[in-house]
Amino acid sequence: MAGAEGDDSLYPIAVLIDELRNEDVQLRLNSIKKLSTIALALGVERTRTELLPFLTDTIYDEDEVLLALAEQLGSFTVLVGGPEFVHNLLPPLESLATVEETVVRDKAVESLRKISQEHSPVDLEVHFVPLVKRLASGDWFTSRTSACGLFSVCYPRVSSSVKADIRQHFRTLCSDDTPMVRRAAASKLGEFAKVLELDYVKSDIIPLFTALASDEQDSVRLLAVEAGVSIATLLPQEDLEALVMATLRQAAEDKSWRVRYMVADKFSELQKAVGPEITKTDLVPAFQNLLKDCEAEVRAAAANKVKVFCENLPEDSRETIIMTHILPCVKELVSDTNQHVKSALASVIMSLSTILGKDNTVEHLLPLFLVQLKDECPEVRLNIISNLDCVNEVIGIRQLSQSLLPAIVELAEDAKWRVRLAIIEYMPLLAGQLGVEFFDEKLNSLCMAWLIDHVFAIREAATCNLMKLVEKFGAVWAQNTIVPKVLGMANDSNYLHRMTTLFCINALSEVCGQEITTKHMLPVVLKMSTDQVANVRFNVARSLQKIGPVLDSSALQAEVKPVLEKLATDQDMDVKYFALEAISVLALA
Amino acid sequence: MLSPVLCSDLAALEPEYTEADVISTVEFNQTGDFLATGDKGGRVVIFQREPQGEYNVYSTFQSHEPEFDYLKSLEIEEKINKIRWLPPHNPAHFLLTTNDKTVKLWKVSERDKRAEGYNLIDEKGRLKDLSTITTLQVPVLRPMDLLVEASPRRVFANAHAYHINSISVNSDCETYLSADDLRINLWHLNITDRSFNIVDLKPENMENLSEVITVAEFHPHHCHLLAFSSSTGATRLCDMRARALCDQHAKLFEEAVDPSRRSFFSEIVSSVSDVKFSHSGRYLLTRDYLTVKVWDLNMENKPVETYQVHDYLRTKLCSLYESDCIFDKFECAWNGTDSVIMTGAYNNYFRMFDRASLRDVTLEASREVCKRRAVLQPRRVCVGQKRKETDVSVDSLDFRKKILHTAWHPKENIIAIAASNNLYIFQDRLTPNGHHNTPEIQSAPPK
Repeated sequence: MAGAEGDDSLYPIAVLIDELRNEDVQLRLNSIKKLSTIALALGVERTRTELLPFLTDTIYDEDEVLLALAEQLGSFTVLVGGPEFVHNLLPPLESLATVEETVVRDKAVESLRKISQEHSPVDLEVHFVPLVKRLASGDWFTSRTSACGLFSVCYPRVSSSVKADIRQHFRTLCSDDTPMVRRAAASKLGEFAKVLELDYVKSDIIPLFTALASDEQDSVRLLAVEAGVSIATLLPQEDLEALVMATLRQAAEDKSWRVRYMVADKFSELQKAVGPEITKTDLVPAFQNLLKDCEAEVRAAAANKVKVFCENLPEDSRETIIMTHILPCVKELVSDTNQHVKSALASVIMSLSTILGKDNTVEHLLPLFLVQLKDECPEVRLNIISNLDCVNEVIGIRQLSQSLLPAIVELAEDAKWRVRLAIIEYMPLLAGQLGVEFFDEKLNSLCMAWLIDHVFAIREAATCNLMKLVEKFGAVWAQNTIVPKVLGMANDSNYLHRMTTLFCINALSEVCGQEITTKHMLPVVLKMSTDQVANVRFNVARSLQKIGPVLDSSALQAEVKPVLEKLATDQDMDVKYFALEAISVLALA
Repeated sequence: MLSPVLCSDLAALEPEYTEADVISTVEFNQTGDFLATGDKGGRVVIFQREPQGEYNVYSTFQSHEPEFDYLKSLEIEEKINKIRWLPPHNPAHFLLTTNDKTVKLWKVSERDKRAEGYNLIDEKGRLKDLSTITTLQVPVLRPMDLLVEASPRRVFANAHAYHINSISVNSDCETYLSADDLRINLWHLNITDRSFNIVDLKPENMENLSEVITVAEFHPHHCHLLAFSSSTGATRLCDMRARALCDQHAKLFEEAVDPSRRSFFSEIVSSVSDVKFSHSGRYLLTRDYLTVKVWDLNMENKPVETYQVHDYLRTKLCSLYESDCIFDKFECAWNGTDSVIMTGAYNNYFRMFDRASLRDVTLEASREVCKRRAVLQPRRVCVGQKRKETDVSVDSLDFRKKILHTAWHPKENIIAIAASNNLYIFQDRLTPNGHHNTPEIQSAPPK
């Protein structure tokens, strides 16, 4: 097989192998990414006996090379001879699981988890479990942290004596000296609990969880919160109070704000895990406390959860709980000192109206919306406006329009262009809900004013906004209200405004249809082809290219073609270029 | 008794050393087997302890280069302000180094194998004749001479508007702080593009500026506690559990100044130049211009112990002010058992204070002692008439020779002293096997 003509086919592979240790990282990386090609050429035997031992020792390399290697090895089973030989992949992955770079270790662990499924139960006990134990008792924390992620994949498929051994190793890691390992163990505790028999969850996992949740390190305790949520989902309702609630209550009142933040952040998961009864007795007061927390980060995280928490309250007592317990806290948050808290609240508060119904919304929520609509921070106002649709469904937007308008006008004229940009994006939504009359009366002038904003991004968004409005209100409305104004700008003395006319035409021609385009827009575009500013002229060429498909062929031949031909002989290079491009795209040559 | 084990002269051949050779920081690692120094030239030198006890150069690398900030038209010096070792991860060593603006994480690792065997190149590096290639060759790793390489792993830049004076690794081993004149930032060791501001002393109007941060350090065991000191002589303890922003301190350690002794220099000399938590975590050691003080974390209003470093300078503050010496930032250090403290002084002298016996000693780091490998003899500075031949008069002290940077081995009685371009390492001779004995201090008890 490897005869004379084999040399040629060997050459590319030989290059790849040599470049595995080229000085240029990029070449090494390319080679590693084609590792399967190399392995295929070497055959399963040589891959196992030569390539893998070499790769096992290459852990000196750059992170990106190691990362690619760790990833490749996860799908290498076929290349070493199938599941029967899959354990040959363990040594290189084991050494990758001990490097200092977290992303590489994580990828190695991911690949190990993947290939663990390809081990037969016997191989798992003979090869994989010993590897996990070696990592778990390694000298360096890097290997012990990697071990934490491997317990759950082998546990379900091994004999009961090995299971006991695995549990013992996990216990040891949970009380490791270094916080890094305890963190890794805490973050995998929930996952490990899921594969354990319920009795062992109670006898093994609960004490570990309790210990980690009272660890001296904040960073460990906060990870235990997430584990607590997973464990709670596994336990039968009657055991929750005795086994996990004390610890979770303690976490919600932890001295460290980072731990309380984590509780707030995981609150909806927690609520699902513990069920309606405990929610009523425990979580409602805990949630109230989090909403009143002294640290703004915690209040903001809790405020974000108000909607989901309220939605998931048991139906029979939902309204009472919200009205008596949650709403008072929400009222205080509306005038919080921290703007992140207020803006987090503003992004969810509107959706309470669907839960509370019309009367409560009008009586209790509406005043809060109005306060937030007048907030000094634009983000708060924006968040209210962006969620108007929730209220619209319940009480109709008219109730709000009195306060809405000044808020919109103020945002529309905000000194920060990003704020103006954000409000433009909500215009089509507002227009849809307020209706065409209200829009024409109050908002139309704003939309037109944005067209001459001094920031290009605003002008661009404004043209796009016009297109969406026409989609909503139809071509007739466009012809009567916006097209005359847009076309009027074609005579503006500022060439930027003249260009805006062209951009608007680009956006509007399709939604307005052939008639309006041919009758009203095309003459203006053609007239502008003699503009003295070259930028305007080449944009005429581009516009013609854009609106060409909307026009009928007689207009194209009779009107567009001569103008483009003239522009194609323009003195300016760019004008020529775009004119020629338009001619070829529209097939007018 | 201390005697030298190493006297490393980084410019031994040239008696006229350059400014770039001046050592600007010294730090032992967690085991004490390695010692790192940084200098004004941006270099880091790492020493490894040999089985016989000597420290030899293990690796040298250029950590920072001079830079220029074009936006502010400012030169950024390459001088290494601080070095901190990370707790051991794996066989390699990791350390953070910082200049005025940028913190870097370095990895120092050993390599003793090399890949051999190319397909297309023969042993002599020539391209092989393609027709001779009939099989593929997989490279094999062969042993080679030990090579120590330092590689930059992370660069934490663009987070400080002022000069970084401190870095400190948290006991959670995943975060560290960097402090400049007005702010303290918290970083995650794996994330370089983002840091959190946890202390901000910058006033709305810079004309109202009344104090600057001089040094900051994390508590050795409690991940939520950090201490920082300021130019007014106050040291604040912050609890990161309480709030995300630690502008409000949990405790304030400050001694009321006796109004009768107040002078123009009072505030300058009370500026804290270094803060170190004791290994136990119970005490704070602060150094100001004339004293070192030990504070109990449970007592804020006054230090539990105050030691005079060079009280004889109190009458010379005027000339020290004129020569700018009054702004020198002396560091201080605890021994492994927190029973002795050490700090530097002028004339290449350094001071040690035994907390139990209240005895103190002045020692000198000099090339002569090193050459003779003799035991260090106590020195005495006298204000008036010389009482002994070996006494030194205050007026003959050399203020250009100052010992600013010192470090104590975490377990044994080994100290590292940086005196301009020289690094001195002294070891307690009585305890060659590293017993936890304090160095015997032979001196009269303080008055």
